[in-house]
Amino acid sequence: MTNETALIMKQIGSHETNRSDRDGKPAIRYARNGKIKIRAKSKSQLAMHLLVLTLLGITVFAFATFDYQGIAFGSAVADTLRNIQTVFLEPELTRDTLSGVLYQLLVTFCLGTLSTIIGAVLAFFCSLLCARNLANSVCVNVMKSIVAVARAVPTVLWVLIFAVSAGLGSVAAVAGLTFHSFAYLTKAYAESIEEMDPGIIEALKANGSSYWQIVCQAIIPSTITSMVAWTFMRFEINFANAVAMGAAAGAGGIGFHLFMAGSFYFDLHEMGLLTYIVVIAVVILEMISTKIKAKVR
Amino acid sequence: MALLSFQNVSKTYDNVTTALKDVTFSMEEGEFVSIIGPSGAGKSTLLRCINRLVDVSQGAIFFDGHNVTASKKKELREIRMKTAMIFQHYNLVDRLSVVENVLHGRLGQKSAISGAAGHYTEEEKKEAFRIIQEMGLEEQAYKRCDELSGGQKQRVGIARAIMQHPKLILCDEPIASLDPKSSKVIMDHLKAINLTKNITCLVNLHQVDVAMKYSERIIGVTAGEIVYDGPAGGLTKDIIHQIYQSNDHDLIMDVQG
Amino acid sequence: MRTVQKTMDIFQKRKLTYTLVFVAFIVIFAGASVIAEFHPIDGIVSFPAALQWIGSNLIPDEAAIERLPKILSELSETALLSVAVTVVAAALSFFFSLLGSNITKGSGILKKIVRIVAAFFRNVPDVVWAMLLMFSFGQNILTGFFALFFTTFGLLTRAFIEMIDEVSTNCVEALDATGAGFIQKVFQGIIPSSLPGITTWVLYMIETNIRSSTLIGILTATGIGYLFDLYYKRLDFASASLVVVSIVILVLVIETISNRIRKVIL
Repeated sequence: MTNETALIMKQIGSHETNRSDRDGKPAIRYARNGKIKIRAKSKSQLAMHLLVLTLLGITVFAFATFDYQGIAFGSAVADTLRNIQTVFLEPELTRDTLSGVLYQLLVTFCLGTLSTIIGAVLAFFCSLLCARNLANSVCVNVMKSIVAVARAVPTVLWVLIFAVSAGLGSVAAVAGLTFHSFAYLTKAYAESIEEMDPGIIEALKANGSSYWQIVCQAIIPSTITSMVAWTFMRFEINFANAVAMGAAAGAGGIGFHLFMAGSFYFDLHEMGLLTYIVVIAVVILEMISTKIKAKVR
Repeated sequence: MALLSFQNVSKTYDNVTTALKDVTFSMEEGEFVSIIGPSGAGKSTLLRCINRLVDVSQGAIFFDGHNVTASKKKELREIRMKTAMIFQHYNLVDRLSVVENVLHGRLGQKSAISGAAGHYTEEEKKEAFRIIQEMGLEEQAYKRCDELSGGQKQRVGIARAIMQHPKLILCDEPIASLDPKSSKVIMDHLKAINLTKNITCLVNLHQVDVAMKYSERIIGVTAGEIVYDGPAGGLTKDIIHQIYQSNDHDLIMDVQG
Repeated sequence: MRTVQKTMDIFQKRKLTYTLVFVAFIVIFAGASVIAEFHPIDGIVSFPAALQWIGSNLIPDEAAIERLPKILSELSETALLSVAVTVVAAALSFFFSLLGSNITKGSGILKKIVRIVAAFFRNVPDVVWAMLLMFSFGQNILTGFFALFFTTFGLLTRAFIEMIDEVSTNCVEALDATGAGFIQKVFQGIIPSSLPGITTWVLYMIETNIRSSTLIGILTATGIGYLFDLYYKRLDFASASLVVVSIVILVLVIETISNRIRKVIL
């Protein structure tokens, strides 16, 4: 037993000689107050602290400088709670019929579907020009800048810009929603192409495949799962956006009815029912999309 | 009295999968015991029952005068302080420094607030550095753990375990994700701790040869049952095949000879 | 011979699947166009028209330049608003997500309640919150604040719950084994491990909230959204496009800063 101990201690010793042991003392660092430091000092730690402090500072500054117009906060909150109670606990259809509302829901659903399909098709071709492992860097940089700008414009502004020429309605709504989803999906698709194993493209290039052969035989099969996942995620967003566009840009569908109930007729009961219908639709979409994502994987 | 004893312990997950079936054994202080068996045999569950990361379904476990299975909050904390654990995937907090991770071994002894805020005494810090030096990691002491290699991370894991002053160290596949050279370093360290500090070690292993080389006693587990419990020397080829429920020439060791 | 037959089948089956999916999409597209009264030709025509609008209004005229100070002050208020909303919502969400994540042992009732509350706030459209708050708060900055706050809170709570469950599988088990208590696990394990994820989400939500606040502004007649709507309805397109350009620049600047920060932190 003692022999064994000695042997193992010797082996440990041999591992220890591998390290650069200068004077046998551990490299303890002391803080100014003489206490031993234990934190890892790195750029990232510093950046994190700075970021947290900056964000907190901005938040405090924001609350201090907002123009509250001397609002009676307490009574406003009480009013809000009462309204929330009316909307969510006493939903009722007073103006529309249920079948009419469901048809409007279908219209909103169709607006979301159309913009997702068009956006996805356009985004697929554009993402080929946006992926660093496929296109040359000049093309990538130009395309990525265009996409970044298109993404930065809020959807509602796209809809209103299209409405100048097409008039308020489904054409402007679909065009506006498409533009934003196109930019969003191009970025997402390009990222999934860039994450591909570079060996796959290399292997097909090596056996003399053409560009479109590589796209069809390597890129689509390797990225289809993440592309489908992104597309469905975008579809959920587009549905929600289509509701918002109906309300804010008069684009039709259930969103427009929500807006009319809320801002025109001041009918909180009807607003509540419409909200519930939208929420149920969104939850169902979420469940379907989780199922599809699981199946494709 | 034995340091650790299992009495007819069984564990079923969700009333369906049986992980442990009527397991009974005991360990004396200072022993170095390896548990071998095929994947999914219940080795990890067995280890996790001892510090109650997993609750047993039936039977009782006694550890150092505590009834583990019946222990409530405070006693459980005491048991966990006395049993350190080393994991296959190291389970370090990657974004904290090596020293901070080693000092986590002390959390059980500290008050909630000072532990949460990361306030340790100078003595504790000095001890942490001493252990880090023992593990040959002083160059890395202030590095973040995600900058380390696998072998170094596992040494941090061991250092965290020693920092706890445990009576028993539970090692769950400590070398399964390491290359042969780092594996040897880790096993040598564990053996050294066992011999010099008289800390009892219970190690789950995949590699039969490693188990036979480092431990005096081996427990073979198959489908949640102990099928062998005896000295490493008594482990014959037939028994190994019985543990892994395999035929001749199916195991990698058969190829070697 | 049989295997050849089988591989043929696989190829044929795949071809059939592709064809079916393609046809299904065409049918869905056509059906949706009819229901939504969308005319693809009009859609295609509107693209060049919109580009032309952008082209002709991109360069601000004199009147628009004069409005720049007003635009910038509304813009900075929007930026401040989205940071404030996101920070407050993130702090509250983190607390809630601890209760909703798997690290909280014990009965699943609390977990379920937190998840349902988060789903509720996430899925009620922000336009509904905006209109609802309009009744009680009027054209006030707080209307926008709370409308954005509710949706941000719902979104971040779900994101944080998923993130905590992901990062905590490894390190929390180890801290459990040392005998650490709940608060210690949170501060020594979960917060350090999830900080990069939290930062990414917070930065992303700040950017998103700037865009959303435009929408809410149009609905509630406040902030930068109202300014755009005002110029737009007056057909003062040069000023309206200056608003768009300034929003784009703000979002791009925030995006660039976020990317830099993320690179340093991760």
